[in-house]
Amino acid sequence: MSTIEQTEQGIPTGTWRADTVHSRVAFEVPYAVATFSGEVPDFEAALADGKLTGAARIASIQVKEENLQAHLLSPEFFDAERHPEVSFESNSITRDGDSVTVDGTITIKGITKPATLTGLATGPAIDHFGAHRFGLTLSTTIDRTEFGMKWNMPLPNGEPALSNEVTLKADLTLVEQQAEA
Amino acid sequence: MRILAVSGSLRSGSYNTGLLRALREEAPDGVDVELWDGLKEIPPYDADDDVVPGPPAVEAFRELVREVDAVFFATPEYNSSVPGALKNALDWASRPLATNAFRNKPVAVVSSSAGAFGAVWSAAELRKVLGAMGARVAEAELAVGHAAEKFDDDGNLVDDEVRQGLRDALQVLLAEAQPAAVAA
Repeated sequence: MSTIEQTEQGIPTGTWRADTVHSRVAFEVPYAVATFSGEVPDFEAALADGKLTGAARIASIQVKEENLQAHLLSPEFFDAERHPEVSFESNSITRDGDSVTVDGTITIKGITKPATLTGLATGPAIDHFGAHRFGLTLSTTIDRTEFGMKWNMPLPNGEPALSNEVTLKADLTLVEQQAEA
Repeated sequence: MRILAVSGSLRSGSYNTGLLRALREEAPDGVDVELWDGLKEIPPYDADDDVVPGPPAVEAFRELVREVDAVFFATPEYNSSVPGALKNALDWASRPLATNAFRNKPVAVVSSSAGAFGAVWSAAELRKVLGAMGARVAEAELAVGHAAEKFDDDGNLVDDEVRQGLRDALQVLLAEAQPAAVAA
């Protein structure tokens, strides 16, 4: 098998799917004096012939407080009833050593905007069961107000409590899919 | 399509209740506007009483909100904010937050006052409260100032411009309640 040797410093060909146990889709946003974060554990992602796609079911969003989760799912934020998924689709992927840049479009709350994800590429490498794995650690920053999420609350000093800038993260372990016999 | 109309005023000659009666008159065929008269029966919110089932008047309000397709509010302004009785009813209805009757419910807010500004701050506060509850707040705006000039002695709306404003606000709410139908 020569896949690893052929693509070691590039983007692997073939079809790779996220091992979601060893992958994570998350967000971080400055709130008051610190950073608030959460995960969206129900997702899938794939790299197929150089194109990266992913979709996450927003109803699965996990934060540490039930009422806060309810607020995030409501029309003021993701409006999960009418827009159950957030998704990404790449137009191009470039790799320079360990660094990777993924240009594409992201769709949140039914609104699609261009987005550039940057981060690290690792592998492909062979795991202890003989499967080929390729790692992508990606992030991008969006302005949530461009996706119809304008909620805020002023702090006593008049400054808004919640930043408009949200960092989206995808730590993906992609496993090469074997062609069906 | 069933619309529940909720007035924030208990006063018998209320301008806001008058707005909602006019709304009922202006509603197109197929849209039933039902005036809610249970506000005065809602007890003060007490977390000790917030059990299942809740007080009968509260349960009736929650059930009514669940049944209708949308809720249309008309509110006065007390001390720059939402009247206490209305806020109290919403505090009851908002419990428990994650599954409350207003969750994803299309709502619209209009307002009226005797003063120049038409209770615009109360309307803004009410939209904020409804948004926090998880309602689908329609971008309808109508603040009726100098209300005494726009209603007769019986509290009935006699201003055609305001009636048009009500029709416009209702259309925005109906679009929010039926996005696919309106887009088609």
